[in-house]
Amino acid sequence: MEKNALLDAVERYIRGEMLPEEQQFFEHVRNTNPDVDQLVIEHTLFLKQFTQYGETARLKTELQTIHQQLTENGQIGEGRPAIVVTLWKKYKKTVFVAASIAGITALVISGLISLLSPKVSPDKVDYLINQMGITNHKINDIATQVKSAQPPPVFDGFGTGFLIDGKGYLITNAHVVRNAREIDVQNTLGNYHARLIRLDPQADLALLKIDDTTYHAFNGLPYGISKSDGDLGEDLFTLGYPRPEIVYNKGYLSATTGFEEDTTTFQLTIAANPGNSGTPVFNNDGEVIGVVNSSQHNAQGMVFAVRSRNIFRAVDSMKADSSLLGSDSSLVHLHVPVGSALRGIDRRQQIRRIEDYIFIVKRN
Amino acid sequence: MRTDTTEQHLLEGLALNDRKAIETIYKQHYNMVQALILSNSGFPDDARDIFQEAMIVLYEKVKSGSFELNCQLKTYLYSVCRRLWLKRLGQLQRSFSEVENLQDTVPVEDELERHEQRNRDFQIMEQSLNSLGEPCRSLLKAYYLEMKSMVEIACDFGYTNADNAKNQKYKCLMRLKKIFSQNIK
Repeated sequence: MEKNALLDAVERYIRGEMLPEEQQFFEHVRNTNPDVDQLVIEHTLFLKQFTQYGETARLKTELQTIHQQLTENGQIGEGRPAIVVTLWKKYKKTVFVAASIAGITALVISGLISLLSPKVSPDKVDYLINQMGITNHKINDIATQVKSAQPPPVFDGFGTGFLIDGKGYLITNAHVVRNAREIDVQNTLGNYHARLIRLDPQADLALLKIDDTTYHAFNGLPYGISKSDGDLGEDLFTLGYPRPEIVYNKGYLSATTGFEEDTTTFQLTIAANPGNSGTPVFNNDGEVIGVVNSSQHNAQGMVFAVRSRNIFRAVDSMKADSSLLGSDSSLVHLHVPVGSALRGIDRRQQIRRIEDYIFIVKRN
Repeated sequence: MRTDTTEQHLLEGLALNDRKAIETIYKQHYNMVQALILSNSGFPDDARDIFQEAMIVLYEKVKSGSFELNCQLKTYLYSVCRRLWLKRLGQLQRSFSEVENLQDTVPVEDELERHEQRNRDFQIMEQSLNSLGEPCRSLLKAYYLEMKSMVEIACDFGYTNADNAKNQKYKCLMRLKKIFSQNIK
């Protein structure tokens, strides 16, 4: 904490934000304490490098946008033809030689063919044409069969997701589906196609919607999403798909903050195999209090999870985004449940009632 | 030759990140650079990369307070692009004996050497930020680059108050500095 305050002072000093007296005092400290002096020098350099990085990064993006815009408006670039022109200049002679050789060869061959080819009766030609028509038909049939039997896409990334609305809205981790081309989700009942509605990389959450005619919407969910943070030592359990089989695990809330004391996440300790990214974390009442975010877990059974109140935040910001509402009108009716119907019942019953609402998320 | 006033204005605009100025320079000189690259075994994408890198070299120059090119902007950009492209051809081993010279050139070797050092620093910083991960990366960018206040950041990132966000920022910064100093060695 003391170091924090010192660095804060150094930054204000570098930016010239100190009052004259404070600055005088700081300079005195700096002159008498070589460590402070060293810190000022080193931090000035670092901040300069960081700012330069930011400026260059911004310019790079801007240049890309300008380039694209000017190209679209036809204000710069002549595109590919220029290459053809240079190639033409370079290989003009070769092309002429090649063309004349080709011409002579063609003449010779067509002469030979007309000389040597046997005379054929028109009947036979008709017969052949007929046969060819039939063959073409067959080939077309086979081609359509092959097309309809196209292999399913190969998925190379997996995570877990869970419904927050029976209409088919799922939550998983942003890093599970970032840059995905194709997303499928699968529960105990079937496999469905899904699409990404919103990424919230900061909270590491993503909202998906099942987009498949074979999916039958659920009427409400058995569990609720909790708005409270959970208590230290509280018993927790997870249900997720670390492998193609659903896996149950239990543990406890072991710290109210996450990695590097991040307050948007918390830490849980669980025997082993906590389920992979996107697995919901339930309390005894069957309320979701977090989402496992395995990108930051380590080997000693310590896992970090994103607090569930971030789900509400993500959904709210999405509803405020009018461009999203335009593309999916049912978003207005997206309703995140808060009450749980699993209070006070046996764990085996709870699991049985929850498992259909948990999905494997597959992406490529 | 002194830089004329119109060009001086463009350079000042570039230093201030004025979009109009950047666009004007782009419109006036891009086709010349594309012709150079295309007539020397390059493709339109190469032309884009080379021209944009030259714009960054120019930006670094004007940012350091030097608006004096001692030649026309056109000649300067052409010289930088020509050097950059010769170097790239060497790396690609697509090398032709010498790039066809379409214009006058001025020596730019010193500036490109400085640019390369900065380019290395840029890449190390980018790499460090990537291994830092979220939410630290966005948090530091929001505070130091987008100049957002701690109150705004606390709100955007879901921290309970500004002090909390500040504490978090400090930890992220310490980690970034550590990763950066390891990477730069």
